[in-house]
Amino acid sequence: MLPEFGQFCIALAFGLALATAVTGLAGGSVSALRLRGISSMVVGQFVFCATAFVILISAFVQDDFSVEYVAGHSNSLLPWYYKISATWGGHEGSFLLWTLTMTAWMVAVVVRRGNYPERLFSRVAGILSLVNLGFLAFLIFTSNPFTRLIPMTPADGADLNPLLQDFGLIVHPPMLYAGYVGLAVPFAFAIAALLENRVDAAWARWSRPWSNAAWAFLTVGIALGSWWAYYELGWGGWWFWDPSENASFMPWLAATALIHSLAATEKRGAFKSWTLLLAIAGFSLSLLGGFIIRSGVITSVHAFAVDPQRGMFILIFLGVVVGCSLVLYAIRAGQERAVVRYGFLSREFFMLINNVVLVVALAVVIWGTLAPIGYQLRGDHISIGPPFFDAFFVPLMLVLAAALAVVPLLNWKRTDVVRTARGAAVPLGLGIVIGLAGWYVTDPKLASVSVALGLAAWIVFSHARDLIQRGIRKVPVAYWGMTLGHLGFAMSLTGVAVTATQSIEHDVRMAPQEVEQLGDAEVRFLGVTEVRGPNYVAQQGIFVVTEGESSFELRPEKRRYLAGGSIMTEAGIEPGFLSDTYISLGEPLEGDAWAVRLHYKPLVRWVWIGALFMALGGIVAVMDVRYRRLRQRQKHPAAEKPAKEAMA
Amino acid sequence: MNPVRKRRLYLAVFLLVAVSGTTAALMVALEQNINMFYPPDQVVSGEAPVARQIRAGGMVAEGSVVRIPDSLQVEFVLTDYNGADFTVRYEGILPDLFREGQGILVQGQLQADGTFAAHEVLAKHDENYMPPELVHMAETSSPGGSQ
Repeated sequence: MLPEFGQFCIALAFGLALATAVTGLAGGSVSALRLRGISSMVVGQFVFCATAFVILISAFVQDDFSVEYVAGHSNSLLPWYYKISATWGGHEGSFLLWTLTMTAWMVAVVVRRGNYPERLFSRVAGILSLVNLGFLAFLIFTSNPFTRLIPMTPADGADLNPLLQDFGLIVHPPMLYAGYVGLAVPFAFAIAALLENRVDAAWARWSRPWSNAAWAFLTVGIALGSWWAYYELGWGGWWFWDPSENASFMPWLAATALIHSLAATEKRGAFKSWTLLLAIAGFSLSLLGGFIIRSGVITSVHAFAVDPQRGMFILIFLGVVVGCSLVLYAIRAGQERAVVRYGFLSREFFMLINNVVLVVALAVVIWGTLAPIGYQLRGDHISIGPPFFDAFFVPLMLVLAAALAVVPLLNWKRTDVVRTARGAAVPLGLGIVIGLAGWYVTDPKLASVSVALGLAAWIVFSHARDLIQRGIRKVPVAYWGMTLGHLGFAMSLTGVAVTATQSIEHDVRMAPQEVEQLGDAEVRFLGVTEVRGPNYVAQQGIFVVTEGESSFELRPEKRRYLAGGSIMTEAGIEPGFLSDTYISLGEPLEGDAWAVRLHYKPLVRWVWIGALFMALGGIVAVMDVRYRRLRQRQKHPAAEKPAKEAMA
Repeated sequence: MNPVRKRRLYLAVFLLVAVSGTTAALMVALEQNINMFYPPDQVVSGEAPVARQIRAGGMVAEGSVVRIPDSLQVEFVLTDYNGADFTVRYEGILPDLFREGQGILVQGQLQADGTFAAHEVLAKHDENYMPPELVHMAETSSPGGSQ
């Protein structure tokens, strides 16, 4: 009975979304009554989606295998926490989570409605509801998670894919979805601003916290996905340029460009129509990502089950969203013409560099991801390897890093050349020293790696000098946000450059008691024992790694899951801030020997820690007082004071 | 020309150059890094190029997997169950889902002697997933795939 109620909740949310969209977008004056109606209907959408989601979770926890989705993605042997996370382990449930996240963002907009003019808020809520209406229709018509298997109820479930039975997969999808659908909010603000003909600094200011927050979630989601692939796929890679990774990377690149471009629009009124376009592009690329992952048109290592009907639905939805937005953009954005003058040494110009680099990077990813489809239409099957992406990303990211290092010295409009040069001298010098030091330390020696290390150091010193000069106590919160984000980028850049080129990887055949050299360490294989987990049996290898005085043990596993019989590699990892030692078991060979993969991965964690700093920067920037002041001003118009222009 | 028009002309020319430059670079890089896929009959008939980076796929023939002792070298035969088959040589660790009778993809170079030197072996990721190249092949070959 409960699952039917869940389905009913989705239907009710659908009805409310329709009603909110009509109320929000209809013409006429926006009365207090209408505002209250919109707000409560948005909350209603959230409540019904949340109820449906809780019902689905309870079906998983209670092993209700009469629900097809539960039967397909769970098993009575599954530990309880994986039963809960299995709720979003497959297509239908994860899409329910997607709509729930959407409604949560909508509630957040409602909570802050006092910050915005009534008409604009009503339009934003209407557009968000319209988008949610599309999501809910997709859920109801193509992906119902509550479909029953009655009377042919299976005795037990088919089990959750073992790769998804993991902590990383508990947290990765919610974060990623919060980023994906979070981009719907700046999108809605952009469309509302176009409808209301008010693309101005105030609009940019309203849009910024939402863009930052969504971008931060997306950053964390991508980092978690990369971390998960690293330890769970078992083979030590952390980025594969796989279509499903690119699906999240494309909106991230657009969103990164957006948060920078919004800054220029807010402070200087520059790049208005460009910013609008980025807001539209960010959300459209989220939908494109959804299409790539959920339709199965592109070969991917972790795509959902192939379903052309779903792909078609998303494609049509994407077409409608992009089509309508661009038509509106074409009609209205032409009127937004501002002549903003600025010199080459100005923040505006460097924002432009940032945007050009990111958009070119975006074009590369789109091209590399979608080209196989084009070839497929011709009847050819192709795949595009990492070298294609690397060929572009290495130079592009170095250019981006170089521009980034200069940013703290720049003012809006124009900056004095001599002053800039004087300010840049010391940090740049230190950067060059570190780059040269990097050349001596690294092996193999690559110019691009030394340049990357030097640039990363330049970024760090340049921002540090800037903070000290401004006075650490006087720096506004938003400026801290920017600094953190940039330092995070420098850290990720260092991690990527070092781990991609300096890692050691050996595939070897090891018999018990054999010793292999891995960098400076010695790895001894003691043998294999059998261990039992809650729902699997594993062959557990025992390795002792000795480096100088210190030594530790690693126990990688080869697991066989009882329900599906699938085999999975569980790597043994000794994590460290400076390097990881990573061992995974291949297959048993003749005698007691095993095929073994030994990895030494320097600075691999910097890739993800840097990404977390970037995300933290985004969140810190949202905390800035000036976004809170808006509301106080609304509440006490008499107490309004001219807000002091913050720096970033 | 008035200054505004002049600026716009510069902008348009700049955009044109930038866009066409990027496109050209993308095309060149794509041509160099593209891996074409060939089913067994095209590998056998010589349609697949020799000594170029390509992908091939097929079913691992039953009883064909041979390990070379004291090494990680392995040889197996990929077949389409339709008379076309070829030998693959690989050194390294095979994926968890590598099994006889399973559809797999190999990436590497076809040798002049008709064997395939693989540097990467990809198997199905889970029960539901199969590379589209192989789905198509499983449909066209008679005793079906592994599903």
